Amino acid sequence: MKKALLKFFERIEPDKDKSPFLHTGYDAFFTFAFTPNHVTAGGVHIRDGMDLKRTMVHVVLALQLLYIFGTYNIGNQHFAALGLYPGAFEGLHLKLVYGLIKILPIFVVTHLVGLGVEFFYAARKGHAVEEGFLVSGALIPLIMPPDIPLWILSISIIFAVIIGKEAFGGTGMNILNIALLARVFVFFAYPTYISGDEVWVAGIEKVGAGMYAGQAYGMVYGAFDSLFNAFGWATFGAGQTAVVDTFTGATPLGLAAKGGWAAVTEHYSASQMWWGNIPGSIGETSKPLVLVGALFLIFTKVADWRIMVASVVGFVACGLMINGIAPDVFGPETKGIFKFMAVPWYYHFYMGSFFFAMAFMATDPVTAASTPMGKWIYGFLIGFIGLVIRILNPAYPEGWMLAILFMNVFAPLIDYYVLEANVKRRSKRQLALAKRRAAQAVEVETVTID
Amino acid sequence: MKGIFNKTGLTAGMVFLAFQLSAQSESTSGSNILLYVLIGIAIILFFGMLINVADNLIGIEAKQNNIDVEASGLTLVPNFRHLFGSRTAAYTAGTPVTVLTKGHDILLEGEAQDKVVPATGVTRYAVQPPNFLGLQPIPKLTVAVGDSVKAGDQLFFDKQMPDVAFVSPVSGEVIEINRGAKRAITEIVILADKTQEYRQVKAPDLAKADQATLLRFMQESGAWSLLHQRPFNIVPDPTRVPRDIFVSTFDTAPLAPKASVVIAGREAAFQKGIDVLAKLTSGQVHLGLDGRGDEAPPAAFTQATNASKRYFKGKHPAGNVGVQIHHTAPVGGSDIVWTLGVQEVITLGNLFLEGRFDASRIVALTGAELKDAHYVHTFAGANIGELIGNNLSNDHVRLISGDVLSGIQKTTNSYLNWSDDQITVIEEGDFYELFGWLLPIDLRPTISNTFPNFLFGDIKFRANTNTHGEKRAFVVTNDYEQVMPMDIYPQHLMKAIIINDIERMEGLGIMELVEEDVALCEFVCVSKQPLQQILREGLNNLREQV
Repeated sequence: MKKALLKFFERIEPDKDKSPFLHTGYDAFFTFAFTPNHVTAGGVHIRDGMDLKRTMVHVVLALQLLYIFGTYNIGNQHFAALGLYPGAFEGLHLKLVYGLIKILPIFVVTHLVGLGVEFFYAARKGHAVEEGFLVSGALIPLIMPPDIPLWILSISIIFAVIIGKEAFGGTGMNILNIALLARVFVFFAYPTYISGDEVWVAGIEKVGAGMYAGQAYGMVYGAFDSLFNAFGWATFGAGQTAVVDTFTGATPLGLAAKGGWAAVTEHYSASQMWWGNIPGSIGETSKPLVLVGALFLIFTKVADWRIMVASVVGFVACGLMINGIAPDVFGPETKGIFKFMAVPWYYHFYMGSFFFAMAFMATDPVTAASTPMGKWIYGFLIGFIGLVIRILNPAYPEGWMLAILFMNVFAPLIDYYVLEANVKRRSKRQLALAKRRAAQAVEVETVTID
Repeated sequence: MKGIFNKTGLTAGMVFLAFQLSAQSESTSGSNILLYVLIGIAIILFFGMLINVADNLIGIEAKQNNIDVEASGLTLVPNFRHLFGSRTAAYTAGTPVTVLTKGHDILLEGEAQDKVVPATGVTRYAVQPPNFLGLQPIPKLTVAVGDSVKAGDQLFFDKQMPDVAFVSPVSGEVIEINRGAKRAITEIVILADKTQEYRQVKAPDLAKADQATLLRFMQESGAWSLLHQRPFNIVPDPTRVPRDIFVSTFDTAPLAPKASVVIAGREAAFQKGIDVLAKLTSGQVHLGLDGRGDEAPPAAFTQATNASKRYFKGKHPAGNVGVQIHHTAPVGGSDIVWTLGVQEVITLGNLFLEGRFDASRIVALTGAELKDAHYVHTFAGANIGELIGNNLSNDHVRLISGDVLSGIQKTTNSYLNWSDDQITVIEEGDFYELFGWLLPIDLRPTISNTFPNFLFGDIKFRANTNTHGEKRAFVVTNDYEQVMPMDIYPQHLMKAIIINDIERMEGLGIMELVEEDVALCEFVCVSKQPLQQILREGLNNLREQV
């Protein structure tokens, strides 16, 4: 089986000089299927079983639960807005199929575009396709709204991979987190699609001032309907149902910015926000599942726990500080921002996507600080600045994307000072050693003179 | 340094406490919570500052009186490590112990059994000038093919240091002088006599001789070739006296020979060697002792006199002399120190005890591809094919002079390196593995928890030479840090070397490192970077600058 496969691969290998692009693609898939037969030469004779492919794929593995829940939640939120199938498992097949129809094109386009750019550059530069996009490609669909137009997605990914990574020299050389760069591109270039205070429930459109209704279901859904009919299950139907009265156009953070915690709990319960049964980007809503992924990364040591812990510390510190300066008593004249500031710090964990950002975005080893001490500082500042942006900045309802990109830029500076401290410590230590020796030498001499 | 850590720890603790307080006051209403919190912080800061100032004063006082603050337990703030540090074995009492928490022991199959067999089949020995770093590629030969030599007779010298003799390990006939690229001399091969004859030398009397006499004797008797000078791991500069001399009495590398086997029966020579070394330095001879096991290391080490001793407890590379230097008295600036292995000290001791250059070695034959892994008694530079004989279990193997981390690849027709006391034989890994990166078919050594190795504890691996992946740019950041027990940032140092930033690499500690110190980092490297090679290039560049 293995030998036959190897032979097959050998037969179809394209010529490297004639068609470099084909060969690059071939090489990428071949090394995906087979670990190459390279042996060590010079230096160590045995190598650790860990390589970059394995590292990257473990991040992807940590995201799998989020993919499953995200798929379900797209459908769940869609039907919840329409007031259909309120139970968690009611209409499960509809919810899953609805989610799949939304997420699959996003996933496929992300990988086609992103890997396409990677392959192109690898062929142009004549090196192997590097694994960087494995993780970026898995992260990008999770941080996009489910209704994002695919052309915007494509442009953002092309921008992120070319300007963010290839321009700097490829995997391992980028300054900014690729996945976040793609998102920030959409955020600033197409703000109406992703601004963040309006919720992202898939398949809901405005039909008038303040009026929303479900979109008409297309052909694909019809095909599934005929299948479900055969089983006697519920079907999508024609669509265009009006949304329920309680439907709100605002995210928890949008609500909190206007009316504090009381305004949030009018629409969303705490446990609903914690378990992720709320609208949002595809993959970030469920806090427990994100934490499972984070623990997996910490246990396998794929991501650095220091950054995660430090950003939680920074988050709590900032939350306490803002709580400390918030007013305690609200009058009718009190502005929304003061109510938001008074939201206790621990409730901030329920809203928004702090855990996702902390576990999967801040820990990117290439763009984070690379020294242990630097990681503490870097993580702390992400937690701190992110919450400042969330609460005190009226324009951006959520702060992690901006905080992480901001700290990405500062990570080399943090490392620089950590390394400088190491250099200073070394020279100081040498001075102290020399001094001690001189003192000892004097002592010895006095002894001999006596 | 530790004092600073204490202080930052204390301050962080106070800040944390302050936040705790404000968190508790959350529920109580009243617009002046903030005020209370600030007052609380101020009070805590005030007392914290008092303690810090007192602690500093004690520290200054202690420094003036030359007292080690930590050892005497004078700090007001208890050291974290004293509270939670790992226990050290009872036999270490009275000797300083350094506990190293970072590192990794690579457990491999094919450990040598405790039996020493005389290597009867070995007829050819070679001295390989490339083993002595810092020499010019074409040394000046003093013998020609066909000459007969005694053990201890000079074979060649380097034109830059004509007084330093490099001598023959055995008596016999020079049968080959092999040259490599650019006509550099790579091997001077000697066909050994059945009975060994030695050139008798008259060693100076240790009690009376002065340092200059001793140094001159070392150089002309061939003992100079036993020494390594740090930084750079080169043959020492004959004009300089070392600041200190370091001897690591144990080796933690994979399958490394046991110190107890190596020292057995040669204790007196070891002590003599230490006595000689003590005369050669302006500082001290430092012995690094093995503090890992439940039983004390051999008495020859623990009872050695004329040396300062320190136990090291930890995983590999705790036995590397570079790590021990870093934690005893680091190299830096214009300092030079010498390092030697146990067997080199024994050779040196025998030179003074018996007046002859005795290059006999206990060599461990190790590795999973040997039928019988054991120790052999031979001489430095023995032919590897003859040493192994028909001990190989198959022929698709890699022969390594040294250990799997920092050894050199050899063939059956090449020779043991001058300072090596180990041969490792492992399987060549030149095969494809289906989805090997995702679902490996067999266990392999790793520090990563993505493999189930952590479930199996002390399992021994049958490692091969496959790289398990392709070379990539530096990406991940927390792997070298797990195995580098020194205050050095390997990845940043490597980057400084690659861009040839001399000042930066010096600042980041390149002077404290030689290849074996970064070998474990190279092993764990996810990006499969050649760290040892990069480091040597950096060291060479640096030497050209100096």
